[in-house]
Amino acid sequence: MTIASTCYHCGNDCDKFVIDFDQKTFCCNGCKTVYDIFSSHDLSCYYDLQAAPGSIPKEIKGKFDYLNTSSIAQKLIEFCDKNTTIITFYIPHIHCSSCIWILENLHKLQPHITASQVDFPKKIVRITFNQHQISLKEVAILLTNIGYEPYISLEDYTEGKKKIDRSLIYKLGIAGFAFGNVMFLSFPEYFEVSEYWLEKYKYLFRWLMFGFSLPVVLYAAKDYFIAATKGLRTNILNIDIPIALGIIVLFLRSTSEILFDWGTGFFDSLTGLVFFLLLGKFFQQKTYSFLSFERDYTSYFPIAVTRIVFENNKKREDTIQINAIKKGDRLLIRNEELIPVDAILIHGNAQIDYSFVTGESESVAKKSGDQLYAGGRQLYDAIEIEAIKSVEQSYLTQLWSNTIFDKDRSVTFTNLTDKISKYFTIVILCIASIATAFWILMDPSKAMNVFTAVLIIACPCALALARPFALGNMLRIFGKSKFYLKNIDVIERLSTINTVIFDKTGTITTNKKNDVDYDGLALTRAEESLLKNTLRSSNHPLSRTLYEILAEHEIITLDQYQEHIGKGIEAKLKENSIKVGSAKFIGNNDPKNELNTTVHISTNDSYKGHFIFHNHYRKGVKKLFKILSETYNLSILSGDNSGEKKYLQQILPKNISLFFNQKPIDKLEYIKSIQKDQNKVMMVGDGLNDAGALAQSDVGIAISENVTVFSPACDGILDATRFEHLHTYILASKSTMKIIKSSFILSFLYNLLGLYFAVTGQLSPIIAAILMPLSSISMVVYVTVLTNWKGRKISLQ
Amino acid sequence: MGVIYVLLTISIIVAVIFFIAFIISVKNGQYDDTYTPSIRMLFDDELVKEPKEKSSSAPTNNNQS
Repeated sequence: MTIASTCYHCGNDCDKFVIDFDQKTFCCNGCKTVYDIFSSHDLSCYYDLQAAPGSIPKEIKGKFDYLNTSSIAQKLIEFCDKNTTIITFYIPHIHCSSCIWILENLHKLQPHITASQVDFPKKIVRITFNQHQISLKEVAILLTNIGYEPYISLEDYTEGKKKIDRSLIYKLGIAGFAFGNVMFLSFPEYFEVSEYWLEKYKYLFRWLMFGFSLPVVLYAAKDYFIAATKGLRTNILNIDIPIALGIIVLFLRSTSEILFDWGTGFFDSLTGLVFFLLLGKFFQQKTYSFLSFERDYTSYFPIAVTRIVFENNKKREDTIQINAIKKGDRLLIRNEELIPVDAILIHGNAQIDYSFVTGESESVAKKSGDQLYAGGRQLYDAIEIEAIKSVEQSYLTQLWSNTIFDKDRSVTFTNLTDKISKYFTIVILCIASIATAFWILMDPSKAMNVFTAVLIIACPCALALARPFALGNMLRIFGKSKFYLKNIDVIERLSTINTVIFDKTGTITTNKKNDVDYDGLALTRAEESLLKNTLRSSNHPLSRTLYEILAEHEIITLDQYQEHIGKGIEAKLKENSIKVGSAKFIGNNDPKNELNTTVHISTNDSYKGHFIFHNHYRKGVKKLFKILSETYNLSILSGDNSGEKKYLQQILPKNISLFFNQKPIDKLEYIKSIQKDQNKVMMVGDGLNDAGALAQSDVGIAISENVTVFSPACDGILDATRFEHLHTYILASKSTMKIIKSSFILSFLYNLLGLYFAVTGQLSPIIAAILMPLSSISMVVYVTVLTNWKGRKISLQ
Repeated sequence: MGVIYVLLTISIIVAVIFFIAFIISVKNGQYDDTYTPSIRMLFDDELVKEPKEKSSSAPTNNNQS
């Protein structure tokens, strides 16, 4: 057995079995088959573009049966005509150029697929095929067979067609177009040369400029007027009010200037201002199209399950859409499938993994007649269950009826700019009225001029740009180091937190690995070999873990093997017998380690000892808690039992409060209770059981081992490998806020300079046209350079 | 100097044409995915080569499920 070889297809280590085929090594038959498919269709180019791009194809027995049900298929299909059907699949595995290449060459694998197009950032593929020649189910199976399993969830069924909002690009385009043209047209008059032709044509030029700025004011700047009226209605003096005021005054004054031939007006500044503001808006709108921050249980749940119908005393299987499940329906749940409703187990070997919905770290075995909760994943063979509730009424899904999920946090949150703009607006209005009053006494003809000039020059363009550019840039830096945030507000909220709450299972521990200790009499080599061979035949997750840990032994065929579901395994080889399983099964009634997961072993009916499974904590947990505990209040809310309490107390700092056996709703209530004491809370969780807490907290961060798979609704998704650096992100968010504050000073200096020209009545279009872009651009450069410099620390790690 | 009217008209017409082209391209979704096309254009060489080779082997390969 070679150890050092990696699979030619998926790049995994071929540690146990190596399959040699076509002078290449493969880790499993699945990978070999995919390679075979590709090479027989002249598609081996797949492997030239990127080394080992593939994934192991999954077992799909009966998985896509529901796609044959036309009512379900119709909901998924985008377009259907006589001979063409278009479907869009979300495929999480899309990750490299090879993926794009193979998925866009599907027609070579299957001639009835006419075209396929990949949208790489969104990880979707749009397939056009002939529905008379190949069914939707066959397309899905083809994709799965080559290792690109489409992810179809209940969400795809319930939501309508997504509409892409492109209005910001239109607005930006219009503003940019107008800005450029107005600049050209106003250029001659900047120098006030009274040439003959300039004098003659300036009226035409002015009216053209007026024409160009009309769509800018009426359409491109629309959002600012809407936001300003909203602010006024709710008595909040937000930043949009001085902006909207500035735009209106600019437009009215410019129009009257050209109307009465007083001057050229400020159309260049007006269009430039709107253009820069929209640019800031555009920049802050960084979206991670392959991530979703709004998910609820529907994107985790399957779209349909198999129902068992009894007809004339004969069992028949059909597919039923999840929402249509009624109480009393018999459902068939296959290996790796999700239980969609609260149900009672009728028969089958149920081994349910609840880690994602409740936070329990170990899977549980269930006997027939036991109640099963929705959201659990079956880890064994197929089971039959009977629904006792509908999907919406299930224990897990009820969490989503909590009002917290309807609340839009962006409305309740006042950001830094809005806080400042409150004073800013008042001060500007004061200055404007004082200056006007002064000029009414001195020279009434200039009073109106000064009043409008103050409002124009004080239009807080630079102030409004600082925040989107600084935070938008930081958002990108975070994204590059695998911390994906929903929007820029999250960074600001992150900088204000004083309490951090962690979930245990899946957040500070990993789901994949367990630490195993052995306690008891040492096993002889023969016994260990027997144990390993016994475990080899078992599919129980604990057996698998234990099997991986034990040293390599040769494969022996056992004489006798019996698995007692939910209890343990019994095996015999020649004279030696072995029993592996729960304490009760082995006959050991020692109550020690009751809470921890243990596997007991006895050979020839004499007790040997037990393996204890500990959670495996993520790298750097100890260090992270130590650093965080210096500045923040920390607690751990776990849905698991208190088996790990002692160990956690040992490794973590003393002042951390630990809570166990917390239901999802308990977590939500706990956060609510500490928020009442004016605490700003960050919740770090991973599963559906944290969904309520994540929504309630000020900043909800989901930890994910693989960011493309499901994570609950949250403000940000942190890649699990970066977990130990959580502290650096908080620090970076704090320094970003400092940068923004310092940039406000710069912006005020520009405003003071502008105000000097304005109140003295010297504001000419050329000064405005220079000052406005200068302040904006220098502001953008200032915050971008500083945030890049601060962000460098994050990316260096 | 009446030529200035002609020039102005031409310049504005050209500008407006480009602007309309931009709006149409946005509407057609050209800016929705700005990443994949940059990779797709690199595949061209292989795509030209593939169909020729494939024509001989295509009829035999319909064993896909």
